[in-house]
Amino acid sequence: MKKLILCGFAVLLLNYSKAQQTFPVNGVQDIRPGLYAFTNATIVVNSQQTIQNGTLLIKDRVIESVGAGTAIPKGYVVVDLKGKYIYPSLIDAYTTYGLPDAPRQAFTGRTITPLSTKPGAYGWNEAIRPEMNVKSIFHSDGSKAEAFKKNGFGAVQSLIHDGIARGTSVVATLGDERDNLVVLKDEAAANYSFSKGTAATNYPSSLMGSIALIRQTYLDAQWYNSQKEEYNISLAEFNRQQNLPQIFEAGDQLMVLRADKIAKEFGKKYVYKTDGDEYRRMDAMKATGSSFIIPLTFPDAFDVEDPLQARKISYEQLKDWELAPNNPALMEKAGIRFAITSFGLNNPRDFWTNLRTAIEHGLTEAQALRSLTEIPAEMLGVSDKVGTLAKGKMANFLITSDDLFKKENVIYENWVEGRQYIVSRVSAINLAGNYKLSGDGLAGIELKVTGNPGSYDLSAQRTGADSVRARGTFIRNGDMVTLYFDLKNKPSGTIRLNGYISNTSPLTLTGGATLPDGSSTNWSAVYSGPVPAAEHREQPKPDLSYGPVVYPFAAFGNAEIPKAETVLFKNATVWTNEKEGIIKNADVLIENGKIKAVGKNLSAGNAKVIDATGKHITAGIVDEHSHIAATGGINEGTQSVTSEVRIGDVLDSEDINLYRQLAGGVTTSHILHGSANPVGGQTMLIKHRWGVLPEQLKLDGAAGFIKFALGENVKQSNFNIPGGPNTRFPQSRMGVEQVYVDAFTRAKEYKAALAVKGNHVRRDLELDALVEILEDKRHITCHSYVQSEINMLIHVADSMGFKVNTFTHILEGYKVADKMKTHGIAGSTFSDWWAYKNEVSEAIPYNGKIMHDMGVVTAFNSDDEEMARRLNQEAGKAVTYGHMSEEEALKLVTLNPAKMLHVDDKIGSLKAGKDADLVVWSTDPLSIYAVAEKTYVDGVPYWDYDKDAAKQKELQADEARIIQKMLAAKNKGATTQPAGVGGRKRPVYDCDTIEDGAYVVADDYNGMLKSK
Amino acid sequence: MKKILIFGGLLLSTVLVYAQANISPAKPQSKPIVITGATIHLGNGQVINNGYIAFDKGKITAVGEGTAPNTGGADIINAAGKQVYPGFICPVTTLGLVEIEEGAKGTVDDEETGDLNPNVRSIVAYNTDSKVIPTVRSNGILLAQPTPNGGTLSGQSSVVQLDAWNWEDAAYKTDIAVHLNWPVVRPPRRRATVADANAESPDEARLKQLDEINNLFTAAKAYATAKPDVVNLRFEALKGLFNGSKKLFINVDGAKEIIEAVTLANKLGIKAVIVGGKEAYLVTNLLKQNNVPVIIRETQTLPARDEDDVYLPYKLPKILQDAGVEYGLTGTGFWRQRNLPFEAGQAVGYGLTKEQALSMITINNAKILGIDKTTGTLEVGKDANLFISGGDALDMITLDVQQAFIQGRNINLDNLHKQLYKKFSNKYGIKAD
Repeated sequence: MKKLILCGFAVLLLNYSKAQQTFPVNGVQDIRPGLYAFTNATIVVNSQQTIQNGTLLIKDRVIESVGAGTAIPKGYVVVDLKGKYIYPSLIDAYTTYGLPDAPRQAFTGRTITPLSTKPGAYGWNEAIRPEMNVKSIFHSDGSKAEAFKKNGFGAVQSLIHDGIARGTSVVATLGDERDNLVVLKDEAAANYSFSKGTAATNYPSSLMGSIALIRQTYLDAQWYNSQKEEYNISLAEFNRQQNLPQIFEAGDQLMVLRADKIAKEFGKKYVYKTDGDEYRRMDAMKATGSSFIIPLTFPDAFDVEDPLQARKISYEQLKDWELAPNNPALMEKAGIRFAITSFGLNNPRDFWTNLRTAIEHGLTEAQALRSLTEIPAEMLGVSDKVGTLAKGKMANFLITSDDLFKKENVIYENWVEGRQYIVSRVSAINLAGNYKLSGDGLAGIELKVTGNPGSYDLSAQRTGADSVRARGTFIRNGDMVTLYFDLKNKPSGTIRLNGYISNTSPLTLTGGATLPDGSSTNWSAVYSGPVPAAEHREQPKPDLSYGPVVYPFAAFGNAEIPKAETVLFKNATVWTNEKEGIIKNADVLIENGKIKAVGKNLSAGNAKVIDATGKHITAGIVDEHSHIAATGGINEGTQSVTSEVRIGDVLDSEDINLYRQLAGGVTTSHILHGSANPVGGQTMLIKHRWGVLPEQLKLDGAAGFIKFALGENVKQSNFNIPGGPNTRFPQSRMGVEQVYVDAFTRAKEYKAALAVKGNHVRRDLELDALVEILEDKRHITCHSYVQSEINMLIHVADSMGFKVNTFTHILEGYKVADKMKTHGIAGSTFSDWWAYKNEVSEAIPYNGKIMHDMGVVTAFNSDDEEMARRLNQEAGKAVTYGHMSEEEALKLVTLNPAKMLHVDDKIGSLKAGKDADLVVWSTDPLSIYAVAEKTYVDGVPYWDYDKDAAKQKELQADEARIIQKMLAAKNKGATTQPAGVGGRKRPVYDCDTIEDGAYVVADDYNGMLKSK
Repeated sequence: MKKILIFGGLLLSTVLVYAQANISPAKPQSKPIVITGATIHLGNGQVINNGYIAFDKGKITAVGEGTAPNTGGADIINAAGKQVYPGFICPVTTLGLVEIEEGAKGTVDDEETGDLNPNVRSIVAYNTDSKVIPTVRSNGILLAQPTPNGGTLSGQSSVVQLDAWNWEDAAYKTDIAVHLNWPVVRPPRRRATVADANAESPDEARLKQLDEINNLFTAAKAYATAKPDVVNLRFEALKGLFNGSKKLFINVDGAKEIIEAVTLANKLGIKAVIVGGKEAYLVTNLLKQNNVPVIIRETQTLPARDEDDVYLPYKLPKILQDAGVEYGLTGTGFWRQRNLPFEAGQAVGYGLTKEQALSMITINNAKILGIDKTTGTLEVGKDANLFISGGDALDMITLDVQQAFIQGRNINLDNLHKQLYKKFSNKYGIKAD
């Protein structure tokens, strides 16, 4: 005891050392040997090895030896740690310790900042800032260090949490000394994210833009090494950092997959810092082969007492509350290597609470220790210095009362680089127990002290004639104690005692008392035995059961992803979309995801037979123009030409609209970039496979498409932000033409250069996509309204040597249908939309009919997550307006879009060999009365009206179960959060939606513009 | 009948010259008309097969089955195999107030600046020359309630018939309702910052708004009981709410907010109508007990919550029907109102009968708007607001409005879209049918 107090003193003077040799000394030099021997401790050397009764010798900053039966040389301060534990100090693999807060850029309206304004020979985009390095701005911060040290951390990775390429981080100890002494590794890792942070450059404003920028940067960096004309610090630094560990702050489980796609493309291996959602797609996480840094940010329970208010909580939020604490354990079970960080916790105190929660949910203590010591040390290349207790490593260790992960454990001291930091001074003796109190007027009183060192509860009782029991207060400050209690009777009023630990065997507290009447007396309390175990109320075991993970992790997800079936649909009206036309009383047989036969009286074989008498069967609906199932913004409208961005990079397989539209018979959707700029991004054709991973939504073998746009949106006519200068070119239909001429002129020059100089040409993702168009490998679907602009693009295409595949929207297609026919251009339009802006003031619902009659391949599309689920009715409007035959009308939303998307060999009609994408309707599918009863994609029954009812019940039951659990948790004192704070809904997009939410902290570049 | 045919012929020949501008309001009914041999949907649930309907001087004079009596001197329209419907009524719309939604501010007149505008009146801004109105009329919508938007109290609305020279002509029943937007919590778009922590929370802001509404109506009610020293136009506009001559249309979707709104209306003795009512299915008892009707905003919409039945909006009319709540239906915006019959038909696949769906956009809407004494069903004595369709008018594959009558006037069913259809069919030499 005495010794401990002594060494506490030594620290106060803060005077050591030889390490800092270059600094002059003011006054008399005061170099102390810093020799300590910690004896009789249980030393947990690492997660594999524990030494009982061991001795740890340290010399100044470094461990001299760890072992049992070590002879202690002379000159050492001996600290007896009998009954106590020594652990390596923890390492937090992800912090911003020692760095200034990233400045939050004020919202200044829509400023146009196309290029970096940062002075110096840096790259064009401020979000790519690998030139930033923590080593040059790091400054240790005593008060922040303390919060970490209290939790047992001895070293951290410190990184700049701002930007896409964020430069290098350091590993530093939490020592309270000169920065020169605490930095363990000056360039620990290169850090990345999808978020551009405070970068003022407008681009990127979307997730797909961030991804394109990262990909382009890898290409630029490769090119940079082989060129001599340009000096670029950003690219030079980017290249130099490739040998460091690469850490990517990804976010949720799908973000990890997005980042991993980049990693695989460029032969990188990232360590992923995540949001802790891995449990939602554990197999896919494992398949990345990467290591992870996971947080302990488990959500609080919600306030669910008010059932109406509770409706604002999503199923995902409910499930997450229950499942997130299992994430570390499930990661361990899956065999994924991971570090644990305290990053993201609202309060540092939550760290141990949540870590223990994770352990309660199955995380092993050994794994927890590894994830907080050895693994982060290895990840960051500092395992020669920290992470375990071994000779030569830094003297970073914890002294604890118990097994580190036990609930009762107290961290007494956290030594960082051989310097003591006292976490909990009350470390010497546990004062819990029964005591007999003596002193004038105090005789007969027994004190019962319960609790842990640091926090005791007191009750006082007197037995016999004046039997009484009272709660009191017990405060300990080192060896000093203060107690008070009110017996209510004989005497009544508060008795106040102060004193000190006067003897440790038997444990005795002695001091002076002040009685309620003001008189003073002496007291002493002698330990009479432990508080009987029976009086420790055993905490009821928490309910650790949890519901299944559903795929996708959303309402109506399935615990098991449904499989393809072999089915014979009997006796239906079958709309073949083939020369057989509409066949009554016909059968359809599907097998292995394909249509096997269509015709009358087919034999079932081993197929499940579904009686479809009175029903209609059609091919699945194909939506040529959709913006569902994509995340992080649908427009990268910050430049006029953004052909480098790809919707395929940002697919969101968890969008409820995938399911809702299955319930409207939709099986295939063409997900388009928005219409904010003349050359938008690359599109992606997906199938509504509810529950698969984003990559698995893609329709294999489909030709690539790209979105172009004309008219009011690209010239920003309807942007009305007060004072916002609209200066991005173009601002008129005249300018739009020049954007195309310029882009394709550049593309042709690029193509020519590639042919001559090959690999020496800087690869340009934007121009690559345009070259694909010139080579007819990528097709254009162009947002268009009025005849003048349609005519214009046809002319530009002719003169530049490319083809327009589809005009989408094309509401004045009826005015130029002859030209479209001549050029073989398809038209994908709305059934009846008009009057929502000036360029649609002559849009008519007969448009589709006229284009169709003129021989243009014509489709009706949605551009709207609601309309998409009743495209069958929209097709029906071709009957209302213009009396198109029903057979041809259905093709507007099935075969014709399949044709214009170049996938009519796979989908769009009911024909043997095509994909088994079909819908069973209750009646004529074009009728307002038609209900999609069953929808199959690749033979998989993803939608079934009857089964959906059961699914709704299951969903309701699971929600109710979790809500009951939340109520129970709240009753037990769990902290809760109000329901309905923050958005629960994912944003929905149409063409005009310009939004950059999560990817731009600084720049509220745009609001949401709604309309087509 | 002949005259009608001739009129149709005239149209074809003049369309290319005049476009839109030649679509004139019809002349008053000059002689009796009898439609025979039709399937007549009365709007009240009843259907008469092989029926007749007679009207004269704008009013329905007879409806029945079989051969029509006393047809002498009347124009006879043989509608064998066809369907006759009451004109559809479109409540709560911006039809005639907005011509081009975005980028043409000059054509937008549905919203006044400021928060409390109960005194502004939509009828004076209703543009009978809108090119949108004929496109809506062509699908059987013959009456509408142009309604102001915006702020907390948006203004007052009137019911118009859709064939008129000017708004005075069009007025069917004026200043029938005051429109209130019930405050909702708007979660902040950005994450909270330290500075926000002390600021008013969205919840507090909403409660404050509720207090303001409460205070306003309470004061207006007191004002209505005495002759004031100083005239307050806002309070004047609200007077009708307290004597029953006007209804309070409340735009509100959430169950909790509906409870609040109904409670306030009860307290003040106001006749309330819920407009929107997405979560009305959660509070059907309250609505029924207090006789508060709901105008469903649209069936063709998405559920409010991911967890909801994917078809919930399609099923909402049936749920309200079964619960005994009075309900009607509108659609969104102005040009989209031509889809009103389909918005109604949408509910049929999910439990409503076809005739109930029809009632939803005829008599139910008429009752809620307080015009059911003169329209909403095909009953003797009511206005002859009706149309003949080649087939089922609630279904897009059969809707085919061939003739329509407003107050007995045989209206012109041409519109800009038909004209452009013909113009370009002519250009290409294809058949426009």
